[in-house]
Amino acid sequence: MSAAAFTGTSVMDIDAAKVRGAGSNVHFDKVSVAYGAHVVLHPLTLDIAPGEILAMIGPSGSGKTTALRAVAGFVRPVSGRIRIGATDVTDLPPYERGLGMVVQNYALFPHMRVEDNVAFGLRAQGADKALIGERIKDALGTVGMLAYARRYPRELSGGQQQRVAIARALAVRPRVLLLDEPLSALDAQIRRNMVEEIARLHRSLPGLTILYVTHDQTEALTLADKIAIMRDGRVCSHGPTTELYRRPPNRFTAEFLGRANLLPVTVAEAVGSKGFATARHGDALLTGAGRNEKAGDKSLLCIRPQHLSLTADSEHTNRIVGTLREVHWQGELTHLVLDVDGTPVRVSATRLPIALPEPGAKVPLFFAPADTSLLPEDAGV
Amino acid sequence: MPVSEAVALRAPAVRREPGKLWIVPPAALLALLFFYPLALIARQAFLDDSGIANFAEVIRVLHSRFFLNALINTVSISVAATAGCLVVGLVLALILAFVPFPGSGFIARLIDTFIALPTFLVTLAFTFLYGSAGMLNAGLMETFSLPLPPVDFLYSAWGVILAEVTVYTPFILRPLLAAFSLVDHGQIEAASVLGARPFRIVRQIILPAAVPALIAGGSLCLLLTVNEFGIVLFIGAKGVITLPLLIYGKAIQESAYQVACIIAVVNIALSLGLFGLYRFAAGRLGA
Repeated sequence: MSAAAFTGTSVMDIDAAKVRGAGSNVHFDKVSVAYGAHVVLHPLTLDIAPGEILAMIGPSGSGKTTALRAVAGFVRPVSGRIRIGATDVTDLPPYERGLGMVVQNYALFPHMRVEDNVAFGLRAQGADKALIGERIKDALGTVGMLAYARRYPRELSGGQQQRVAIARALAVRPRVLLLDEPLSALDAQIRRNMVEEIARLHRSLPGLTILYVTHDQTEALTLADKIAIMRDGRVCSHGPTTELYRRPPNRFTAEFLGRANLLPVTVAEAVGSKGFATARHGDALLTGAGRNEKAGDKSLLCIRPQHLSLTADSEHTNRIVGTLREVHWQGELTHLVLDVDGTPVRVSATRLPIALPEPGAKVPLFFAPADTSLLPEDAGV
Repeated sequence: MPVSEAVALRAPAVRREPGKLWIVPPAALLALLFFYPLALIARQAFLDDSGIANFAEVIRVLHSRFFLNALINTVSISVAATAGCLVVGLVLALILAFVPFPGSGFIARLIDTFIALPTFLVTLAFTFLYGSAGMLNAGLMETFSLPLPPVDFLYSAWGVILAEVTVYTPFILRPLLAAFSLVDHGQIEAASVLGARPFRIVRQIILPAAVPALIAGGSLCLLLTVNEFGIVLFIGAKGVITLPLLIYGKAIQESAYQVACIIAVVNIALSLGLFGLYRFAAGRLGA
């Protein structure tokens, strides 16, 4: 199937309502994983609500895949318990956990036709023939692959194989769907489309709980209800996706989840009743959304590149001045890099003044207080 | 026109492909050491001692009881030994490849060392273990105060089969381990998460991936056991005559060269057929 086939009406809408698993919550209770003396997952306590998509995101070696594999049963925690719904699954083998899983390289069974791949889990669970036939139709219909039921995986494109892998996981009506970097092997265009398809799929299956492990922030931001950001085997931040993006609690989160300009400031006036504080950066007095900053605190003011404007208006009341260093035109967006008192500041703009200043020129930048977030300067985690 | 120019015009320079003649030495060597002796055997099979064509003797030998018995022994022993190798090799390979335990690599290499040993040495070791005065019989006789050795299988076809299974299992193990190393562990994990228990995973996921390796290893094993001479001779089981042993007996002990050559031709045809099967399977495996 070509990339064009993914556009327009979603094929995942077809019959999706039939493939409804009763989602369960997942509870990590101080789950720790170690290989010998090397701890790869420090005690993790986390909840995924029924029907929620939680994206675990972080750099390589951060422990996100280990956490997922602990849920699947491939990694045994050295301490802590994992519960799915009311069941403590910590000591259960993977085949008794009632899960579905999709991995990066699809892991389809190459010697089986698409329909047999989808039927595999049902046969393993002893389902009767009539039910298997019905579920194959439902699951393949849900991902728009019904016409390919008689093909072998080698006869499908990467995107199609991943759809079959999703159908195979959905056919068993899993309590929880585990997605381990499911789109990493796809090219950029197909990946973008598949992200949208998975989002539509989840809207069609609102009860399905999904643990989605990725290193791609765009996938996480598009799909997840909540995000847990992992670093060095620990969760360094966890919360609703928009909240985490708009108000990152620490520097690592701000920089890992989208691009962030972090301007060093000194709090001049503590956070008021409306949640804003004033802070000084050089001569500029800026207003930013804060938490519990007090006057005199050293902080970082986080401003996303797309929230900086070259023109002032009634909302963009904060003003800083930088020296233009670089201009990168990328079609839809133009990226400007400026130097603001030694701090590099990036601006992403869809529209720019016709007469763009030359590099070296002093350029005023404006931004709204509501688009900022104050972070503690020493919170490197 | 000067003569030299005329020659140059008439005779364009011959383009010699470099290295083309290198095929001659190995081909000549093969012909001398391999094909010519084989041709002599094939020729001798159809000529009597006075050098006259004698097809009646070929028919007589092929219908004789001693040849048919040897053929049946050869095929049944090699098939049984190969089946044993496949079962033992498969179980060992599954354990070594999929059951993580410290030292699995060492065990695999240790099993490999059997390939380096002369086949009859295993037979010699077996006489110490399972022979009439071997450790097993001595232990059982002493423990249960038995007058005669209770274990008496070594000097039979079963002894030959057991020795061949011991010697040739590594020939199954190697390609199986290679095939198992290529099995995507993601498939095994996916199957497990979907509810498949280990036996189903082995049957439906791992074994289909190992079929070419099983065919390659099995046909190599069959080839080697069909031609096995040392083990059969060393065990000296009564009535267990295989084709190689029969050829030896006819040629060396009875000086019946035409008979020996007729049997040898059948043995060669059998071997080449099995070798063809092995190459086909190995080709599919990518070996």
